[in-house]
Order: sequence, then structure tokens, then C-alpha cells
Amino acid sequence: MADNTNYEILIAGFGGQGLLFSGKVLAYAGLLEGRELSWLPSYGPEMRGGTANCNVILSDTPVGSPIVENPNVLMVMNGPSLDKYESAVTPGGMIFVDSSLISRKVMRDDVTVFYVPSTQMANEKGLSGLANMILLGALVYKTGCVKEETLAEALKKVIPARKAQLFDANMSALALGKEYVQA
Amino acid sequence: MVVFEKPKSLTDIPMHYCPGCTHGIIHRLVAEAIDTLGIEGKTIGIAPVGCSVMAYDYFACDMIEAAHGRAPAIATGVKRSLPENIVFTYQGDGDLASIGLCETVSTAARGENITIIFVNNAIYGMTGGQMAPTSLIGQVTQTSPYGRDPKTAGYPIQICELLATLEAPAYLERVTVNNVKNIRNAKKAIEKAFRYQLEGKGFSLIEVLSSCPTNWGMTPQKALEWIDEKMIPQYPLGVFRDKEA
Amino acid sequence: MPEKVLMKGNEAIAEAAILAGCRHYFGYPITPQTEVAAYMSKRMPKIGGTFLQAESEIAAINMVYGVASTGKRAMTSSSSPGIALKCEGISYLAGADLPALIVNVQRGGPGLGGIQPSQSDYFLATRGPGHGDFHVLVLAPASVQEMADLTFKAFELADKYRMPAMLLADGTMGQMMEPVVLPAPAEHFIEKPWAVTGTECKRPHNIANSLFLLPEVLERMNFERFERYARVEEEEPMWESFLMEDAEICLVSFGITARVSRNAIVQARKEGLKAGMIRPKTLWPFPKKPLLEAAGKVKSFISVELSMGQMREDVELAVRCQKPVYLCNRTGGMIPTPEEVLQSIRKANEEGG
Repeated sequence: MADNTNYEILIAGFGGQGLLFSGKVLAYAGLLEGRELSWLPSYGPEMRGGTANCNVILSDTPVGSPIVENPNVLMVMNGPSLDKYESAVTPGGMIFVDSSLISRKVMRDDVTVFYVPSTQMANEKGLSGLANMILLGALVYKTGCVKEETLAEALKKVIPARKAQLFDANMSALALGKEYVQA
Repeated sequence: MVVFEKPKSLTDIPMHYCPGCTHGIIHRLVAEAIDTLGIEGKTIGIAPVGCSVMAYDYFACDMIEAAHGRAPAIATGVKRSLPENIVFTYQGDGDLASIGLCETVSTAARGENITIIFVNNAIYGMTGGQMAPTSLIGQVTQTSPYGRDPKTAGYPIQICELLATLEAPAYLERVTVNNVKNIRNAKKAIEKAFRYQLEGKGFSLIEVLSSCPTNWGMTPQKALEWIDEKMIPQYPLGVFRDKEA
Repeated sequence: MPEKVLMKGNEAIAEAAILAGCRHYFGYPITPQTEVAAYMSKRMPKIGGTFLQAESEIAAINMVYGVASTGKRAMTSSSSPGIALKCEGISYLAGADLPALIVNVQRGGPGLGGIQPSQSDYFLATRGPGHGDFHVLVLAPASVQEMADLTFKAFELADKYRMPAMLLADGTMGQMMEPVVLPAPAEHFIEKPWAVTGTECKRPHNIANSLFLLPEVLERMNFERFERYARVEEEEPMWESFLMEDAEICLVSFGITARVSRNAIVQARKEGLKAGMIRPKTLWPFPKKPLLEAAGKVKSFISVELSMGQMREDVELAVRCQKPVYLCNRTGGMIPTPEEVLQSIRKANEEGG
């Protein structure tokens, strides 16, 4: 990637897919690593099933605008989001696609694309609802935007105490995504 | 021997009320209740916008002047801040039953442990005699010159009856001050409302039918009779809620 | 070292208010500030405070008025249409010289408008939000850290000058998360002998009041209040300068647009354009002095804002129209991209001053 210390990440899909959550995990990991960062969700009625997105910036210098106009990392979990944001990705950037929900291919040839059938994988492995974390596992492994250890720590922070039993499932999902793009 | 004294809880500032207006009596009853219960030092009163707007000068306890209709909300804030203090509002019909109706109903519904003295004289006095939410059908006012017509101006709001539909209020009573007997009853009711607050029973409201000779266009004596003849039939006296009883 | 935590802007406001000693919150649901109320509803019962969802914005501000009368720190929060409703109460607070905090997480208007970020309540906030002659302190955070810091500061200033304060944020600031170091709990509070707490029959009664029927008395009250305001204007303006030492084009911006402008300035510098920024952290008092000083050095100003140029008027007044003040704006919930701001810088550079 062009700039190894400055990640402008856009996570987009339908409301309810856990997009804001995966962004939050990244942001917490950034916090634990002492990075400069911001996390900005879209808000309003689109949270109820329309298109939702979340902007995460991880940087070594103070973050200016928290709004990601041109992501160098894009994670998409529905077709409309890919249609909307594909052209915005900076040349040399990376796109992570949930290929079980998005049938088309990315048309750009100046970006690196990873197709992960994360929703299907989640359903097959009994991790339904965790497709976002599978895709995030792939994203973190390929971009190196945060360390894998801090990601686990961040998960502990983000998962509320009363839902602590979800920690293992989330970890398994992250690992699945990583393995998929390793292979 | 002194046989008749001004209550301690009233200041020496001369009141501005019109001759024959019953606000003076009601102020006195409130002050007497405060004196009797020995709570002047911890009572906080809230004056409305209306004829009694300057009540903050007349009561010797700490006072707050409210925006029109907002006294119950302010009382809520005061009581939440100082739950050990005694908090009352003193409001007229325009203030409480029109512009402040939302605050009145919501405060009652929450059962805030405060006391409201609601002075109903069926007219906007301070602004010169306009129709009030409690004006009677057919009542001539500056803004109902042909008499209140229910077709265009609706019907009088009966506050005690309305609030009695709520679960929370502890004590609701309608009284009047147009003769000695009624004044005695009003005194008892007002004192009881303050006592309920002291005991932590919750929301109480005493509606006091009051006269406005100036804007009704009557002699003070005739105005007191008009309460009997016209107002009480529309606003029957009595207890509408008493959680003690 | 105090711990850095990750918080939403709206939550940072709520926690900072609690740390400032505020134990009374009154609100009414409205997007995009609802997190403040949600946070307060969780925290207040645990620390013996009051969270009350009022029947209306009007009731909420009057509950604040009640608590403020008793001398305690109180707040309400809302967004633009709700703030308009609170204006009655804010005027009464100002008229009775009562301190309180009103948080406005702005959204687009007029009318029901939209729910996306806006700064179009600039006039409403800075000209005195309500009827009559008065001001409120207006603080404009541009980060989650400042959402916390300026909330804390707002309570202090409000008490110090016996006037309401408004935290003027926007939907972005409210919704975004950033690392934040929370302030230490407030320990010192100003004495409030004027507070309505019950006389205990030991002093003449206190009255919280804004009614003065004698014109000469009301005039005197207003004159005295404005003498106090003059002190605020002298002592309390806050701002941050960014790359202003050699700047030829001075951007003026607050809140989210200041963040966008920062990106644009960094980019402009790469193109050799000497842009800098004066970022007001208080909008009333407006930082007139640094702007007037800058007017002697720069070629032009650009007011970057989410309104139809409301702040530009203050910039023009501050620089006494010595230099052109251009406008770079979006409204209705739209936010300019750094590229759009950069274009304005390029254009200002071409047009000169």
C-alpha cells in the first residue's frame, strides 16, 4: 500500500450486518496500540436495514477529517455498497468483498481485491451473524492495520460483559477469515 | 392582646391586587399553612405569569418566577435538586390550564411530590379580561364579546376531573373562598396538601375558585355570588382524589 | 497518566458533565444527540443524580431552570429544532442570571430539516437564543476530546459569569468516536449566595426572577449584564491557530469543518499555497483579536462552515472588512470534502486580496 501508516478504512453494507461493530473493534485495537484514530458511523434511518457504513481512520499523525472520502481499505458486504464506493478507493488500495452476497467482480485493476464468501462461511460454521468478523479477520491479516494480538484484546473490550460468551465465536470468525486469505 | 396577625410567611410589601379580588385571601391561606406547619425556612414557591406574577414579592420564603405555564416543570427541577424542601406553585387558569397544560398533566402523571395552588377565576385577569380555558359557556370576555360559544371556543376544562383520571396524584380538591365557611374549607385543604408533601405522599393540587370583579364587571359582592350561581355548577366543589382516605 | 478511552462524542459530553459535578439532566429524544440522554439514564441513577425524560423540550429547559435556581449544575441536550423550543427558557435563564448548560448537537434546518450534521444554528446561538438582549457562552468542540473538555469548561464559565452556556456541536462530533482523556472530577465550586434553597428563616428571601416592570430598573439590569459580557469578551475567547505563522490565506472554521479544513490546508501546503487556520473554540465570545491581527498579515480569509455564511458575518466584522472574506460552505447535512475546501483555497489564492 502507498502509505503504510495511514489507514482510511470504509466498511459498508446493510444495517444489521454488524458493520459498526467491526469498525469499533478496529478502533479499539488502534486505541490499545496508541494510534491516532477516529470512528464515524453513518446514522439515522439507514441503521434500520438500509445501507449503513462506518469510517475508521488509523494513523500515526493527528486525524484531520474523520470522514473517509477515499478509502485505501474498503470492506463491503452488499452490492449497492460496492457500486457506490468502488471508484472512491485510492489506487493501490485493497477491497474486501463478501462474495456470498455480492455476485459481481470488482472492475478496477489498480486495486487488490479479496473475495471471501464470509456470509456462507459463517452459516456453514455455525457462526451466523459473524460474517462481518470473518471479513475483518481477512482485512486485518492482509492490511496489517493493527496487530492480531491487539485485535483479540480489543474484542474483549467491545463485547459487553453480559455477552462474554460471544468472545470465542468472534475469535473463531476472525481466524476463519485469516485462514481463507492465507490459503 | 393581638387577635389578628399577618402570617409570618407573607412580607410587608403591599399587594397590587384589585379591590375585591380573592388572590389576597388565597395568599394568606397559603402563608397560614406554611406558618402552621413551620416550614417557611424550607419552602420554595414558584410564581406564574398572570395576576399573581409578583407573588414572589409577597411570600417571605425563597421564590422563583416562572415563564408562562412552566411552573410545574421548574418545581420538578427544584424538588429533584432539593427533595427535602417544600415546593409549591401558585398558578392561574390561563397559566395552568392553557399554555401550561402539558406541564400540569405531565407533572401530575409523574406524581412529583409538590403542591399546586390553582386559582381558577375563569378569565385572564392581568392582560385585561380575555377568555380563559375555564371561562364558562356564554361568558362574555374581551375575546368572547358575544359570550363563549362552544362551537368555536369549545368547553371549559375541568382540571380536577381531568387529573383524577391519572394514577399518580395523591390529593386533588376543589374549594372556593367566597364565604367564611368556604374559606375555612379551603384553608384545611391547602394545609393538607402541604402536609401530604411533607409526608412524601406525592402530587397534590388544590383548585380554588376565585373571583375577578374587575374583569367580570361586577361589584366584589356580586362576584362572590356569581361563584355560587355560575361557577360551582360548572366546577363542583369537593375531593377528587385523596390517597389518605 | 490518565487513561485514554474510546468514546462517542455524545457520551463524552455526558461523562464530562458528570465529572463537572452535574447531577441533574433533563432531556427529550431527538436525533442526533440521543446518546447523551441514554448515557445519562444509565449513569445518573447509580450516582444519586437525576435523569428525567421530560414531556417536552420546553419542560426540560424549565426543569434545568429549577435546578439552576437552587445553585446546582444542571444541563439539557437537544438538536436544532428542539433547541428552538428551549429558547424561551434560555432567555429566562439569562434574565435571571442563572448558569446552566445547553448542548446543541446541530442538524440541518430550517423546519424539521434533516438529521445530518449542520452548523446553521450559528446565529441562533451567538446572537442570544431567545427574546431580549442577552448572550450565552457558545463553545464549539472540534474533537471528542473537546466535547469533554469544553463541556467541563462550559460549566465553570457559566458559574463564573452567571449565564447559560451552549455547547454547539454537530451530528458528526456527536456520533464519532475518538480516544479521549476525561477531566478529573471538579472539586472547587463557586459559592452561590443567590441560590434559592430555602431561607431557613435566617436571611431575606432569595428570588430567581427576570421580571422588572420599572423600565429604569430593567435598563440598569441589562447595562450591568452587558458590562459582564464585555468582561467575557475580553477574557474568555478561545481559539487554536494552525500554520498561521506565514499564512497568506486564513481559513476560519469550527467543529467538523475545521477538521476537513485541516486536511485541505495540509494538502494546500504541499502545493505551495500558504494556508493556515484560526479555529474558534468559542463562538461567543468570538475570537476577534487574533482575526484582526491576522487581517494585517494575510491576503484573504475563507469562512468554511455548514451554513449559508452565518459565521462569515462575524469574520467580516472581526477583520473590519480589511481583507476579503470568502465563503466555502455546504448545508442541509452535506459536508465539504477536503478537495472542495482546497479548491476554495486555490481560488482565494488566484483572486488575492
